[in-house]
Amino acid sequence: MKAVITVIGHDQIGIVATVSQRLAALKVNITDISQTLMHGDFTMMLMGEWDDNDVKFEVVKQGLLDLAKETGLSINIQRQELFDAIQKL
Amino acid sequence: METKQILDTIQMISEEKLDIRTITMGISLFDCIDSDGEKARQKIYEKLTTSAKDLVKVADQIESEYGIPIVNKRISVTPISMIAAACHDDNYVAYAQTMEKAAETLGVDLIGGFSALVQKGYQSGDRKLIASMPEALSETKRVCGSVNVGSTRAGINMDAVRQMGRVVKDLSEIDPVSCMSLVVFANAVEDNPFMAGAFHGVGEADKVINVGISGPGVVKRALEQVKGESIDTVSETIKKTAFKVTRMGQFVGNVAAKALNVPFGIVDLSLAPTPSQGDSVAEILEEIGLESVGAPGTTAALALLNDAVKKGGVMACEHVGGLSGAFIPVSEDSGMIKAVEHGNLNLEKLEAMTAVCSVGLDMVAVPGDTTAETISGMIADEAAIGVINNKTTAVRVIPAKGKKVGEQIDFGGIFGYAPVMPVNTNSPAKFVTRGGRIPAPIHSFKN
Repeated sequence: MKAVITVIGHDQIGIVATVSQRLAALKVNITDISQTLMHGDFTMMLMGEWDDNDVKFEVVKQGLLDLAKETGLSINIQRQELFDAIQKL
Repeated sequence: METKQILDTIQMISEEKLDIRTITMGISLFDCIDSDGEKARQKIYEKLTTSAKDLVKVADQIESEYGIPIVNKRISVTPISMIAAACHDDNYVAYAQTMEKAAETLGVDLIGGFSALVQKGYQSGDRKLIASMPEALSETKRVCGSVNVGSTRAGINMDAVRQMGRVVKDLSEIDPVSCMSLVVFANAVEDNPFMAGAFHGVGEADKVINVGISGPGVVKRALEQVKGESIDTVSETIKKTAFKVTRMGQFVGNVAAKALNVPFGIVDLSLAPTPSQGDSVAEILEEIGLESVGAPGTTAALALLNDAVKKGGVMACEHVGGLSGAFIPVSEDSGMIKAVEHGNLNLEKLEAMTAVCSVGLDMVAVPGDTTAETISGMIADEAAIGVINNKTTAVRVIPAKGKKVGEQIDFGGIFGYAPVMPVNTNSPAKFVTRGGRIPAPIHSFKN
């Protein structure tokens, strides 16, 4: 399963490490990563990939929602096919 | 990773309120017909609760995994006037109660199809169903009904127009808010996923998934980037935006149909507003350059918008259907409400707008003392616009019992509230009570 993970919030020390550590714990491989500023907020996008026979989407999502609560960051995860469907012919 | 496209998509959903307005499962009830009404209703309940048992679950899962809000999960069924006609019951309220019970069990928001098609005449089931409407629709919360009174091929059934004015009035006397569950059509379509007018047409497959999209906020935001540029640019911008919005509908429909093992029918390319700020068709028209919706130029701007949405959407999905166009329901659009409250938009201008938009006089509140004949007159006018111009038109009007112009009626949630609009009080009673049929229009000499 491939998913796009977006992390938005105030820039802070260790933000990339925190998110990637949690993804590693959830057995999600990061295949691409990018960061930018959107309306003044730190915005990081990650492409995550994992074996969904092993780890269900809901588990990864819940793991990230927990992290969002702990850190005060806004974290979203969406399956990657959506972006191709909307943006590509 | 194409970060700009990802951010663009996320912004469309989170800030511009892009959503899937409805996933509607159409279900044929022909195999539930029985001469014993009780048995027929039992079969209907079983078919509905079996066929759509996973509808809400699948929609919730799509919402969770793809991060797209799916606002409504709905069901449409074969017009009940056809299904119930074989039984000997005199009154079809029990069918509406069965639909309500099934919808409640399934957790769907609305169920449509308490309907009759009488554009040319009544069969016995149509007569009983229409007579049952005030009681059926006021006693249920989720059941929606519709009656088709005219078509380009058949003309307008003025007996039905007269009767529907009475039915709307009777329903409003019991409970005005229930009037939002009743729509009177001309040229009704068989695959409409939107309520209150959805029913599962006789030419449809046993089961089908239809999707209705939304997205006025996305179109408005896109137009904010091309301020002052020519109308050609406006049209191109709307087309490109409609393309993206429709792609999402196509994608979600495909995923849902596969998960439910039901064929995917159509995407309804509609710009469906909600009362929340920034989700308004009126605001798009104002962004195009009108001081307020209702100003001279409104009809032209709406025509441009409606056409560009279709052009952009058609290529984005496999099959287009339903009503497909811009909706202009007064109570469900904050910009329309504002225009009415400020006296910038009246019923006559709204009627002109319905000649170029996707439906008709929708969610319009009129004074409580509006007569049944006047409502019939409004229905006849809308039907004429649809029948002559070969398009769907509809009337969903709410006589606000005990209220006058300047007051308002509240529907709650995504249905908003509607200011009571003034209606021309000259009586069409003698015209309406003549009865009979307005013949089908000529299809040549189009001027």
